[in-house]
Formats: sequence, structure tokens, C-alpha cells
Amino acid sequence: MRATVLVRPKPGILDPQGEAVGSALGHLGFDVTDARVGKVIDLDVEAADAAEAKAKVESMCEQLLANPLIESYEVEVAQ
Amino acid sequence: MSSRIGVITYPGSQDDRDALWALTALGAEAVAIWHEESDLSGLDAVVVPGGFSYGDYLRCGAIARFSPATTAACEFADAGGYVLGICNGFQILCEAGLLPGALLRNESLRFVCRDAPLRVERRDLPFTSRCTPGQRLVIPVKHGDGRYVPPPDLDPAQIVLRYLENPNGSVDAIAGVCNAAGNVMGLMPHPEHAVDPLLGSDHGAFILASLIDAARDRSLTAA
Repeated sequence: MRATVLVRPKPGILDPQGEAVGSALGHLGFDVTDARVGKVIDLDVEAADAAEAKAKVESMCEQLLANPLIESYEVEVAQ
Repeated sequence: MSSRIGVITYPGSQDDRDALWALTALGAEAVAIWHEESDLSGLDAVVVPGGFSYGDYLRCGAIARFSPATTAACEFADAGGYVLGICNGFQILCEAGLLPGALLRNESLRFVCRDAPLRVERRDLPFTSRCTPGQRLVIPVKHGDGRYVPPPDLDPAQIVLRYLENPNGSVDAIAGVCNAAGNVMGLMPHPEHAVDPLLGSDHGAFILASLIDAARDRSLTAA
């Protein structure tokens, strides 16, 4: 089953990469007031159903894929 | 009797040799520990060195945390052993949960490589006993991910070193922290690169020689 993890810097955590991207977009003439850079992790997971896959991936996030002090995560499972 | 201090080498470690050389130069018996090693018995202290363990994939230190040697270092620390993490080693100890906080990309997004003046905030630790209160140390930093972010509940007493000129945007200019018990410390500056005046500074010896003293005392007490 295909799962996608979105990892984002938590609100309040300084994200200089996001600031650099926002500033570059400004130079291109886009009116961007905020930019934050995170990461996407795609996984194929063995699971009987979407709920089991989601639970497994959430456990992976807690243990490895995200650092809860500085990052939040979101798990999406393709039906 | 000299202290036996292990230095872990992970795939991608870089400063393990300098750490071994510096500890030896300061009179310790420095022992190279391969990352697959899970037995640290017989050591009086462990140094987790700098570099780019496992390519720093995902987050710095996130993969090295699962090495057998890291697990063994955690057990060693839980039993009261002294563990010092330098640069990437600091990142690994944070990821492993031995130290509070996390290290993120430098605020400048640039790799910094220069001498960093520091202030010693605590000298009652096995890592700082040779320092004087408030001592100014100059020790080089070289990192791209050194911006320290403490947990919201960090006890200020755990702050061991502060930058006098913040090179990376660390919160509260924190350069080094210890755990609550005081037997584990991490710092971004590299004391192992500063133990000989020929290399620009020998102030790193204040940290490493303190560790060597403490490790020797601990082994004598245990013996």
C-alpha cells in the first residue's frame, strides 16, 4: 500500500531555507508572504488495509522519519 | 595508569582520527571503536566524533543512532559512564535522546569553518573541570548544521558552553549542553582540533584533558 509522509518544520522553528525560497520567489515578482520547506517521503507498506498502513507509518514517523521536537508530520495512505 | 577512552568510527566519520591523536597526545590510551562494536566494557569514557555519519541522510545523526556502537554508548551512559559528542557526535547524541534538543541548518545556510570564541558556563562537569569559571576558550567550528534548538523545558543549568559570537543562529548562543546527570556532553566546536598551539589554539585541551582526568578517577574508583 502506498503511503506518503509530509514532514514540516514546526511553527515557531526558524526555517532559513523557507526564507531563502520566499525571497527568491519575491525576486521573480511573486507576492509570497511566507514559505516553509519540508520533505516528502513515499513508502510502499505491507498492510491489510489503509488503517493498518497508517498506524504503521505513524509509528515509523515517531521512531525515525520525523523529529517531534522540531518537525510535525502528516501521513496520507492511497486507497 | 592512563584512561582508556574509546572513539567510535561510523561510516562517514571524519574526525575520529584527530580525536584519537588528540587524546593520545594528552596522555590517554585512545581506542578506535568500529560502529558494529556492541561491547564497550573496559573503557573509561567514550567520544562520539564529528563527520557525516551515514551521509547525514534524513537528518544529521538520525541513522547513526541505530548503530550497535551508539546503542552500547547509550547503555554506557545510563550506567554513569562519560560520553562526549563532538559536532556530528553531538547531533547523534541528540537524536539518540541522550542529550536534549536538536541541531538544524545554520541560520546563514552556509557552512561555517572558523575559530569560535566561547564562554564556559559550568566547570563542575567531567568535561570542564580544568576550566576556570567563565573562561574564554577559542575552539574551531566547522559545520553546516549547528543551529542548536533546545526543548522548551531545557534547564538552563544544562548549558555548558555559549558562543561569544554566534556563528550559526543557535538559540541563546548555546554551543554545548549536558544531560541532567552531567555525565554526557555534546558540543559543536572541535576540541580535538585545538590541542596544539601550532594549530592555532590549544584550548580544546581544557575539555579533553578534563575528560581524561575524570575517566581516570572513575576507573580508579571502580577498580
